[in-house]
Amino acid sequence: MPSSTSKYQYIDCDPDLCIGCQICEYVCSYTKTGEYNTYRSRIRTVRVDEVLITALACRTCENAPCVLACPQDALDQDPDTGIIVINAQKCDACAWCVEACDFGAISVNPLTKLVEICDQCEDQEDGPQCVKWCPKEALKLTTPEKQAQKARRDALKSIKDEILPKIPLKETTC
Amino acid sequence: MFGYSGKILHIDLTERKTWVENKPEEWYKLWIGGVSMASRLCWENIKPGCDPYSPDNPVCIANGIFAGTPVPVGGKYGLASKSPMTGFIGDSLSGSWFTIALKRAGWDAVVIHGASESWVDIFIDDDRIEFRDATKLLGLGTFETEEAIREALNDDQVRSATIGPSGENMVRFANVTNDGRQAGRTGHGAVWGSKKLKAVSVRGTHGIKVADPKALNELSIHIVKEAQGPHTSKYRILGTSTNMLNMNKLGLLPTRNYSEGVFEGVETISGEYLHEHNKVKTIACAQCPIACEQMSMVKTGPWAGAMTGIEYECLFANGSNLGVDDINTVIKLISVADSSGMDAISMGITISWAMETFEKGIFTKEDFKCEKYPEGFELRFGDGEAAVTTAEMIRDKEGIGKLLSDGTRIASSTIDAERGTETYKWAMHSKGLEPAGYEARGLKTFSLGSAVGTRGPCHNRTAAYDPDIQGQVDRFSVDETRGELAKDSEEYAAVYDTLPLCKFIRRCFTGKADRAGAWPTIVNLINATTGWDLQYEDIDPIGERAHTIKKAFNIREGWKRSDDTLPYRWMNEPMTKGPSAGHFTSNEELEYMKDCYYEAKGWTKEGMIPKSKLIELGMPDVAEEIGV
Repeated sequence: MPSSTSKYQYIDCDPDLCIGCQICEYVCSYTKTGEYNTYRSRIRTVRVDEVLITALACRTCENAPCVLACPQDALDQDPDTGIIVINAQKCDACAWCVEACDFGAISVNPLTKLVEICDQCEDQEDGPQCVKWCPKEALKLTTPEKQAQKARRDALKSIKDEILPKIPLKETTC
Repeated sequence: MFGYSGKILHIDLTERKTWVENKPEEWYKLWIGGVSMASRLCWENIKPGCDPYSPDNPVCIANGIFAGTPVPVGGKYGLASKSPMTGFIGDSLSGSWFTIALKRAGWDAVVIHGASESWVDIFIDDDRIEFRDATKLLGLGTFETEEAIREALNDDQVRSATIGPSGENMVRFANVTNDGRQAGRTGHGAVWGSKKLKAVSVRGTHGIKVADPKALNELSIHIVKEAQGPHTSKYRILGTSTNMLNMNKLGLLPTRNYSEGVFEGVETISGEYLHEHNKVKTIACAQCPIACEQMSMVKTGPWAGAMTGIEYECLFANGSNLGVDDINTVIKLISVADSSGMDAISMGITISWAMETFEKGIFTKEDFKCEKYPEGFELRFGDGEAAVTTAEMIRDKEGIGKLLSDGTRIASSTIDAERGTETYKWAMHSKGLEPAGYEARGLKTFSLGSAVGTRGPCHNRTAAYDPDIQGQVDRFSVDETRGELAKDSEEYAAVYDTLPLCKFIRRCFTGKADRAGAWPTIVNLINATTGWDLQYEDIDPIGERAHTIKKAFNIREGWKRSDDTLPYRWMNEPMTKGPSAGHFTSNEELEYMKDCYYEAKGWTKEGMIPKSKLIELGMPDVAEEIGV
């Protein structure tokens, strides 16, 4: 299993907010290839029934299984950002990394015969384009720690209405 | 060419062969895409006068300019055939992944000819076309069929347009469904059923190139952001179901087979109630930043688990119109229609006709014998269980479901001929199509728009209720302005249906939805995509041309002035309750408004199109055939 730490950022999708519009895929494929083709997107929406929808991109796992799986040593993980770097000289599109990835976040480009992985738009001044375009703000650049903080806050908020009425109000004198 | 591949795919089901047609760029400039291109292809490829169920009736699928680009709400396609409901043009729109896959496979349009001897599904794998045996798919619902095909082809990027059991059984108002969205109203599913065509699936792997991607991206992201603001809040939060309470307030909510315009039980079937009690999630068509589909589920009772997207039109037709005030029953009814692939509006209104016929003593319990109720059952207004059973009988063509599966026009004329009755007086249809959820007796401009509709009375092809409801005109009387208003409204809608763009985006360009507010952005979107140099004044003719080819199609199929009419009830019975009480559209009023309308369109008094008009719109071949 991949072991994520709070070290690296990744692009996360909130399935409650995702509407399945695929705008992230258009923007990603355009940014990376100059044309609109969801098959070339490094973030992919997935829908398994009428209402279960989310988008997935590289989660920047620590000790990334894709890096470990590559028989050509073509993949490296940037120690500062966690982003997977592909050595075009070495990659032969064998797709072992694709199989190793638990999130389906790696794809093979049939034209270039290279694997493609989200790089969080390192080359774009205004950061990840999918995050910028997402109409519902379902996508964000986050870390596991930030996600955990949000989960804790949401959990407490969800029982707020139940708890608040039970807290006795203090008498105040002034 | 940018924005188009220049290639149209022809598929012959009889001979199992395919060929490619290349059209010149000038042709694309005239017909653009969507319902306009689909209707034009139908004009070119049909054998005039053919039976809608014959192999001579083609299935014409046309993408839009913007499919597969980031242009918001541009992922829609047009579908046209001769309609088995009306005998005139059947043109529908649907949205989402299917059209985008088709565009990426390199096809601007697909025309399917002939009919297959055995059940078939077509797989368009970029430029490779495969005829597949569809026997294993028979009986599957619409979404199930899509999933089964994806599983069989082992590719979750394959997108399909399918028919469900209703289409297989040729329920006359069956739909074609893709990605949970319906190409509805005019019976495309029955046409596909007549061809033994279960599905068209596509895998498209090519990228889409546009003329000026930088400009297109800038325009698009602006619209994406605007679409999160107040201009779309109605659609995003409650969806169109919010109309239930509004229409009821105006006395325009069709109730108990359009006998009244107010419903006492509206609160518990309102959009607000639905949102509070049944909403599961809001979802979008592909390429749409708005997301209006309110996925709603029955959580308790006998129909627990039934889930589908709920919109106003389905809600009124299977709620107030049936006298049903239980939201769970309404969701169940709509899910029966959606999963089996039939038009929930026509289904609801056909059931309401049957309910009134029962209540008037013409139908009896005997008429409703079925496997579930061997002794028959009573079909009265407000009886949800009876309505659901009837819907299932229509789907399966069981017992009286066979008669009802032909819609109100054929069902009422059959009963009247058999039993010497006058059920046509409450058969709610015009040109054979059941109307939309607006009581036109209290909306005079809309009653004109409904009467002259090329596919029958429809809320998508005309919004002529706007001037009525917004108080631009007196909604209870007629005057000479109504012809121009009806023309303006249907041609405005035709521009959106041709590009196509979903009309819910119309206020997001500049905050104003009128031509001055929308056309400048639309011009820029078209030019950035195609590299053309269209101007503001080129947009209106796109809508007029799209509407005109559909009208020309109808004329060739034998349309005459008397076909532009309204249901008997709307022209003879005043409403008795609510703010619209006392009103109806008399024959004199309608004929006067039709005169004004034909004049505004530049047509003859008989509603025929002069040769000069057709030549002006760039269709000399049509002028030759039907021009006067």
